[in-house]
Amino acid sequence: MTDQNVNAAAAEIELYGALKDKEPPKEPRSQWRDVWDQFRKHKGALIGGGFLLFITLAVLIGPLIWQVDAKQLDIRNKDMRPLYTLLWDGDARTSWAKPLGSDNLGRDILATLIAGGRASMAVGWTAMILALFIGTAVGVSAGYFRRLDGPLMRLTDLFLSLPILPLLLVAVTLFRQPLRASFGPETGMFILIVGVIGITSWMQTARIVRGEILALKEREFILAARSIGTTPFKIIRRHLLPNVVSPIMVSATLGLATAIITESALSFLGVGFPSDFPTWGKLLSDAVPRMEEFPERVMLPGILISLTVLSVNYLGDGLRDALDPRIRGR
Amino acid sequence: MLTYTIRRLVLSLPTLLFISLVIFLLLQLAPGDPMAQVPLTVPPEVKQKMREALGLGAPIHVQYWKWLVQFFWIEPQVFIDWLTRDSFLLGWLPDTNLYNGQLRVISWQTRSPVMDIVMQRMPQTLWVVGMSYIVGILIALPIGIYSAYKQYSLFDQAGTFVSMIGFSIPPFFSGVLVIVIFSVNLGWFPSIYDTTHVVTDWASFKVQFNQMIMPVMVLALQTTAQISRFMRASMLDNLNQDYVRTARAKGLKESVVVLVHVLRNSMIPIITVIALGIPSIFGGAIITETLFKVNGIGQLLLTALFANDLPMVMTLTFIFAILIVLFNLIADVLYGILDPRIRYD
Repeated sequence: MTDQNVNAAAAEIELYGALKDKEPPKEPRSQWRDVWDQFRKHKGALIGGGFLLFITLAVLIGPLIWQVDAKQLDIRNKDMRPLYTLLWDGDARTSWAKPLGSDNLGRDILATLIAGGRASMAVGWTAMILALFIGTAVGVSAGYFRRLDGPLMRLTDLFLSLPILPLLLVAVTLFRQPLRASFGPETGMFILIVGVIGITSWMQTARIVRGEILALKEREFILAARSIGTTPFKIIRRHLLPNVVSPIMVSATLGLATAIITESALSFLGVGFPSDFPTWGKLLSDAVPRMEEFPERVMLPGILISLTVLSVNYLGDGLRDALDPRIRGR
Repeated sequence: MLTYTIRRLVLSLPTLLFISLVIFLLLQLAPGDPMAQVPLTVPPEVKQKMREALGLGAPIHVQYWKWLVQFFWIEPQVFIDWLTRDSFLLGWLPDTNLYNGQLRVISWQTRSPVMDIVMQRMPQTLWVVGMSYIVGILIALPIGIYSAYKQYSLFDQAGTFVSMIGFSIPPFFSGVLVIVIFSVNLGWFPSIYDTTHVVTDWASFKVQFNQMIMPVMVLALQTTAQISRFMRASMLDNLNQDYVRTARAKGLKESVVVLVHVLRNSMIPIITVIALGIPSIFGGAIITETLFKVNGIGQLLLTALFANDLPMVMTLTFIFAILIVLFNLIADVLYGILDPRIRYD
């Protein structure tokens, strides 16, 4: 009798023991920790992100360290070569005061590169944020409000069938004068270029966000939120937007890359910023006529543009992998 | 499928009209004055008359309507006449003689019809940009196929890196780079494209080849980067499908499995991607054409913009828009034809 009881108790313990963990449970992990762990595995993305950070910091605090005015003319020390040309050409005109040489008016190339990077990055970031803002707004309203879906998506299709680069050129050439007159040459051009790039590059973001919102809208947690009387605006802000952050971040990196390239292309074609205001594209196009004698003036800004865009692209690639829960953990 | 095509064609008309209106209004808002180049000694009354002669005195809607009539009614007549009179394809048909001297879209720069200039510039653009597109596709497809087949191999990593570089190096830098290396330092190729050059024999063909290789390669790098990425992704999607395992299980050769079964299915999205890229051929590569001094469509647009030649800019931009809408439609229809799972109706 007692034996049977003991046996039954032992069996019971055996039975429930299988349901218990043999070892203590792991620490709970947050989503962003997982994302970071996956992101770290992508070497290219890690290097890309590091380089982007480096460039951004360099153009932000560079002027504090290298305190040379980018617009300072020094005609006696014009056409200096960079220091590294000494490696193969001992007679080159170089100077430790101008480590990357000087241009045909004696402006220090290192200082102009930093100033140009400031302009290019500022245009890139602002245009990207503007495009993201428009794209997210259009995508969320088209996805959430059924009545707006048709018109907004037709608008997106329309924008997608516009020839973008010609229109950019048209807009920038034609509206340069009035904006310069009202905001001053530099601010006016900045507003114009950021505006046209932002207005012409939001469509992909809008499409992606709309698709995600359409799928999310039918999920139970939105139904629950609606059933307790949450207003549409609060549903969007509290429940929908946090869930579409990852596609938005990925398209942000793509947007940054295109914005930097577009700004440089406009500068290269001679419709960008005024001539005494350096940007990377402008430095490159100014250096083209004398590139046989001074190839570094073409190479340095070109390499900076390409490396920045390359690192942004790699960053986007890594982010896409890290933020996709189906790939993560594999 | 036919009803779908017809519906899309009908729907694209209002889209195009709206786009043309947007471009027109954008140009109307522009502050440029076509009389800016006229000497200051010309009295204002005469300038006013010149302005009216260019059609600038009329109200906006009249100007827009006149442009529409010229572009959609008179220019096609001229084109059909040209087809039946001079072209090789339809020259055997009797001359239609539809056009009898109405006003066409006139360029303010040259005072000649815009479409004549476009037709003169088209061959250069088609040769250089079209050739680069074909070369780019021909390079991209094998790279995409092989790097998907050997995923994560050294070749795949290298291919991914090269396509990343193709995405990241803008043409105005890669173009300058190849000019510095190949024309300045090595002296192999000319940096300026000579459009008057005529190919008659082997020697002149070699000259043509030499002057085309740099612009074509610069543009092809970008096409390759895009299309090889798409091809790789599409192949990867298909390589894990069940039908591939079936094909292998029934003992087909690996080359047949990959190059017939998988490739044919992977080409469906790629063909639409290729079709979507075709308008950019006609649009010309503005930057590359400027860099290598190819006097094609892109360079025409740029010079017209700087010269404030609004009819030319308007017509060119609208032609690009037509091509984009048309090839979007073609891509969608092709997708439906090639993939029987897609049903639009």
